[in-house]
Amino acid sequence: MNKIAKLFVTFISAITLALVSFTSSFAKVEGEYIVLGSAISLTGKYSSNGVHTQNGYNMAVERINKMGGVEVQGKKYKFEIIYYDDESNPKRAAQLAERLIKQDGVHYMLGPYSSGLTKAIAPVTEKYKIPMVEANGASRSLFTKGYKYLFAVLSPANQYLEVAIDLAVEKNGGKGVKIAQAFEQDAFSQDVRLGILDAAKRTGSEIIIDDKLPKELNDMAATLAKVKAVKPDVLVVSGHTKGALTAIRQISEMKVDVPMLAMTHCDAAKLSKQHGKKSEFALCASQWHKNLSYKDKFFGSGKKYAKDFQKEFGYDPPYQSAESSAALLVFKDAFERANSFDRDAVRDALVDTEMQTFYGNIKFGPGGQNVAKPMILFQVRCKGDDCENRVVAPTKWASDKFYHPIPKWSERS
Amino acid sequence: MDFLIFKAPMLMVQASLDGILLGILFALIAYGMALQWGVMNIINIAQGDLVILGGYIAYTIYLWGIHPAWGVIISPIIMFFVGWALYKLVINKVVDRDLFISILATFGIAIVFQQLMNFIFGADVVVAQSEYGTTMLFDNSVTLPNSKIFSAFISVLYAVALVIYMKKSRLGRAIRATAQNARAAKILGVDTEKVYAATFGINAALCGIAGALISITLTLHPYVGLPYTVRSFMIVIVAGLGNLPAVAVSGMGLGLFEEFADYILGTEFRIGAVFLLLVLILVYRRFKLSRKREYLK
Repeated sequence: MNKIAKLFVTFISAITLALVSFTSSFAKVEGEYIVLGSAISLTGKYSSNGVHTQNGYNMAVERINKMGGVEVQGKKYKFEIIYYDDESNPKRAAQLAERLIKQDGVHYMLGPYSSGLTKAIAPVTEKYKIPMVEANGASRSLFTKGYKYLFAVLSPANQYLEVAIDLAVEKNGGKGVKIAQAFEQDAFSQDVRLGILDAAKRTGSEIIIDDKLPKELNDMAATLAKVKAVKPDVLVVSGHTKGALTAIRQISEMKVDVPMLAMTHCDAAKLSKQHGKKSEFALCASQWHKNLSYKDKFFGSGKKYAKDFQKEFGYDPPYQSAESSAALLVFKDAFERANSFDRDAVRDALVDTEMQTFYGNIKFGPGGQNVAKPMILFQVRCKGDDCENRVVAPTKWASDKFYHPIPKWSERS
Repeated sequence: MDFLIFKAPMLMVQASLDGILLGILFALIAYGMALQWGVMNIINIAQGDLVILGGYIAYTIYLWGIHPAWGVIISPIIMFFVGWALYKLVINKVVDRDLFISILATFGIAIVFQQLMNFIFGADVVVAQSEYGTTMLFDNSVTLPNSKIFSAFISVLYAVALVIYMKKSRLGRAIRATAQNARAAKILGVDTEKVYAATFGINAALCGIAGALISITLTLHPYVGLPYTVRSFMIVIVAGLGNLPAVAVSGMGLGLFEEFADYILGTEFRIGAVFLLLVLILVYRRFKLSRKREYLK
């Protein structure tokens, strides 16, 4: 009896094992579905942007599937995404990437939210040679490690505010300017800082304040008092949403007059809504804006994307959603050009990507970063108490003239 | 860039005032921590998260269209009951155990609170607008946000009121008696269980006031509680448990020290400098702390 039971157990486990290996070896493409995997922050401190990312992915999956899906070797396939919640925790994200690849048999990955989590996942996808198209990791260090399977549809962090310095120099008659800068001590913001250092060198500008804000700091009064004392031409601040909100609050309270204020994360911080008129004239770096004139056949234009997104999810799409949707378009394009599900063939097709999406042109540089799309700058402008972001640079898409210099606080109502 | 502060004397005034105003606010949080540490011998890691929760209460009423300054009255009332409930649910089970257990328990509470706040209020950084304007001194070269002045004023007001309450009221006397010797107080008829619950509630209420003030002076986010815990811990360590005026002085001192460290050493060393100071003070106080047991007077 005992022997039979043992035999039975062995038999069952053998079948299960066979089934598991069977499903996982074919899990990349199940029936008519191409299965993508993504660890994403649905809880924890990145959860709002994690949800924006997921909504962007879902929107694109639905749209592509509805419009005929992906055609490989004459057969139509649909996209499907397996999500896991990484709890905004890099360690967890790396574990989940491993699980997606080894247990779920996913062969193509979509990125998580934030540079930090992408950094945690990239070594895993690289180890298993899994192509990953990511849309929310902009840190320069992601693109200098020689990763071969990492592709980012967004511009790297060091490009975020370079345009702003160029603009300031232009306004100064081509002469170098005096820059005061305050950056949080984290990978992303420090990359933005490196970009400014490059731009300063290139334009002969001088950096007169260079503060590094500790992560736990939510008070910039000291930095701003210094700014008041030395009167720079440009003040540059980057410290995620907390940095943007703190800066505007304290600049307005301390009546700090600077001719130009450039920041990151204004739209993630809902700056124009939370601070209203106080945030007027702030210049913000953005990956995307709905008014840009890029087009594709899936979403039409940025404006149309914004409208559809609003209808589907009930809020205006932040750029985090737009770039996430673009990642799916890149995958579809690569599958069709590779005309195969072979990972390396798909990876090679990704390398050769050169396309336009509603989000912008996409072409990957040697490190995997998108080199075809410039960053844009918008400026917060208000009519009465109603404030919105207007694109002011590059001039090609500018819907408004760049307002310079910022009027003094004493002259602002 | 070095020593800009010595070239522009007005910066010195600005730094001092900024430091003091911020320090007073931190002292209020530290005051609550000293109180319940002294009475219950519990180090509350969730202190900062209670502060943030208080802030979110003020932010919520702000969203309803009520001026966020009313938060300094509404928030402590709600937070008192939150604190009371927390005591009945968790703290009463660890109050007589060693310090390590209480640290673990409050650490757990901190995590639960963070996740709950993230769940309820979302992971976005938020601010409430007081529209109090700015006070300008010395021909506009020193600027003080009125919201900071307001928050310092409210902090002092509540602190003074609490000191008086502790001296005069029945409950205040019972709290002080329990702090001095819980067993003796019990024998003499003090309901220590109730005293503990009230103490924890009062601490939570103080956190609620501080949180409401932070919502109009700084920023709120579900995960920024820990720095407040650490600051108040430092202030209490420097001041000692038994000495409430010293808490105020050490709060302001730390605020000042931090601001000046920012100007002289650079912003990146601002918090590092405070920690270095803490280590030095701990080393200095070690003997004193180990030799005599301190209690709330």
